[in-house]
Amino acid sequence: MAEPVQEPVLPRSLLDHALGWRWALPLFVLLLALPLLTPLIGGDFYLGLAARILIFALAATSLNLILGFGGLVSFGHAAFVGVGAYAAGLLLQAGITSAWIVWPLAMLAAALFAAVIGAISLRTRGVYFIMITLAFAQMLYYLAVSGKAWGGDDGLNLTARATLGFGLDLSQERTFYWTTLALCTLALLFIWRLLNARFGHALQAMRENEQRMEAVGFAVYGHRLVAFVIAGAIAGLAGALLASLNNFVSPAMMQWGQSGLLMVMVILGGVGHLWGGVIGAVVFLLLEEVLSLYTIYWQFALGAALLAVVLVAPNGLMSLWRRKERA
Amino acid sequence: MSLSVAGPPQGAKAPPGGSAAHAVASVGASVLLQVQGLVKRYGGLVATDGVDLTVRAGGIHALIGPNGAGKTTLIQQLSGALAPDAGRIVFDGQDITALSMHERVHRGLARSYQITSIFPRLTVLDNVALALQARTGSSLRFWPAARGEVQRYTAAAGVLARVGLAARTAQLAGALSHGEQRQLEVGIALATGARLLLLDEPMAGMGPEESERMVALLQSLRGECTLLLVEHDMDAVFRLADTISVLVSGRIIASAAPEAIRADAEVRRAYLGDELEAGA
Repeated sequence: MAEPVQEPVLPRSLLDHALGWRWALPLFVLLLALPLLTPLIGGDFYLGLAARILIFALAATSLNLILGFGGLVSFGHAAFVGVGAYAAGLLLQAGITSAWIVWPLAMLAAALFAAVIGAISLRTRGVYFIMITLAFAQMLYYLAVSGKAWGGDDGLNLTARATLGFGLDLSQERTFYWTTLALCTLALLFIWRLLNARFGHALQAMRENEQRMEAVGFAVYGHRLVAFVIAGAIAGLAGALLASLNNFVSPAMMQWGQSGLLMVMVILGGVGHLWGGVIGAVVFLLLEEVLSLYTIYWQFALGAALLAVVLVAPNGLMSLWRRKERA
Repeated sequence: MSLSVAGPPQGAKAPPGGSAAHAVASVGASVLLQVQGLVKRYGGLVATDGVDLTVRAGGIHALIGPNGAGKTTLIQQLSGALAPDAGRIVFDGQDITALSMHERVHRGLARSYQITSIFPRLTVLDNVALALQARTGSSLRFWPAARGEVQRYTAAAGVLARVGLAARTAQLAGALSHGEQRQLEVGIALATGARLLLLDEPMAGMGPEESERMVALLQSLRGECTLLLVEHDMDAVFRLADTISVLVSGRIIASAAPEAIRADAEVRRAYLGDELEAGA
């Protein structure tokens, strides 16, 4: 029965994720040059919007890691963004301003919460998993609302952004934007490598057939928990950046609607596509911005636009790209 | 690292059985799996009622019994998918009763499923390569491309050649015929490097030609790893097995060589009678 075995040709499959250098690189250069272009059209406002989009792209991409690639419909992702934001806010208020301390600690705090929430939630499946992640996030939301030490309902007003050193001043919108761009790029590169590495292959195969993965010797629960913690840490970084962008942290950041917003972005862009979170955040926030210029009923128009997208591309905007690639 | 098909898993002790010569050397050492007093209840129903079972290394051991006898429930407990209410399971001299399924796989005990359980949206090659990934080091590697592990993919292609799927490596597993999916199922179990394979009805739903191919495949595994086979196809069972255990109402009523089982009056009365007459 045995035939001589040659080195197998590896067909491209569901497990492989291309970064798409050909258009990612020009896009990166364009984003890099954006601060030089914005003075022509209206200045810092657009730079702030661009930074906000990048931060949401970061948060949505981290959610896509567990939702799209892990197959875990987590409905509490805003909690990790919020924990990161509060950790950063409290440190800044306490006079600890170095970004090299504040950001890693914000990530660590979010990772710890993700570890605890994940350790309990990942024992459930399906609808129960959705409900329990939602419940944990709402618990954190009410904790944030009720705690006088961290501003309660009013949130935290921050007087200054974190400091970076090396002569870089984050209070300048340009520098803040470039720093955000750098961090988002690094995170996306990391997730790209991770998905194509052993870790990502195992994570995606667990989405395909959890029982079979356990039966060939994978510790499914532990593996998913690690993915959950990584996603939490990245969301925490997004939270820390958001706190600095607005100089403000509020409980509203971790309300369930925010978790839903991140999910909408992922679904819009493409569940389980490397660029799904990014595309979803860009399209959603730009639509919101543009539509609100024309009508106060922009939410209605946004809903209609989202409906159209879902009908045309049920697997997200990135699936249109893939379809075109195949054709 | 060694990626030989069905070799011992990395870091495990040398198998005491596996080779026939070793098995002959000492009767005690040749016992690979020992089940003692296993009980599983579902409310008032006793699905497993004090099962004692000894599987010796190197051969093919078949587990037969009428529908509802508790065969799959027993396999579930042996593989670690279900926890027994009482009793113990000793594999290779160590008590594994409390171990999880993936821990048992690393000790060398793997299973296949009665209802085909593969990765239909992945390629046939990926199906086996993933099983190999589980036994070739940590999966907590976040940077190096998994596709760069040429040795692993070559070994996966080797496993697929063994189970007769060499021409199918690049296809999606979901596009295979039923018989081929059953072969892949065995290939995945084989790729775990298990010393004992629990095969839950590998011929389920197969036509005569596909069954024939499966019998040849299982026959070719003899001496490489031990098989504990649950099967309804009596013709295949009596051709393959060295030892047959008969499970009726959650109890093992007989455990012996095929000829002895065929002659056993109690077995004939409880189960075999009509099937043997029909089959022979």
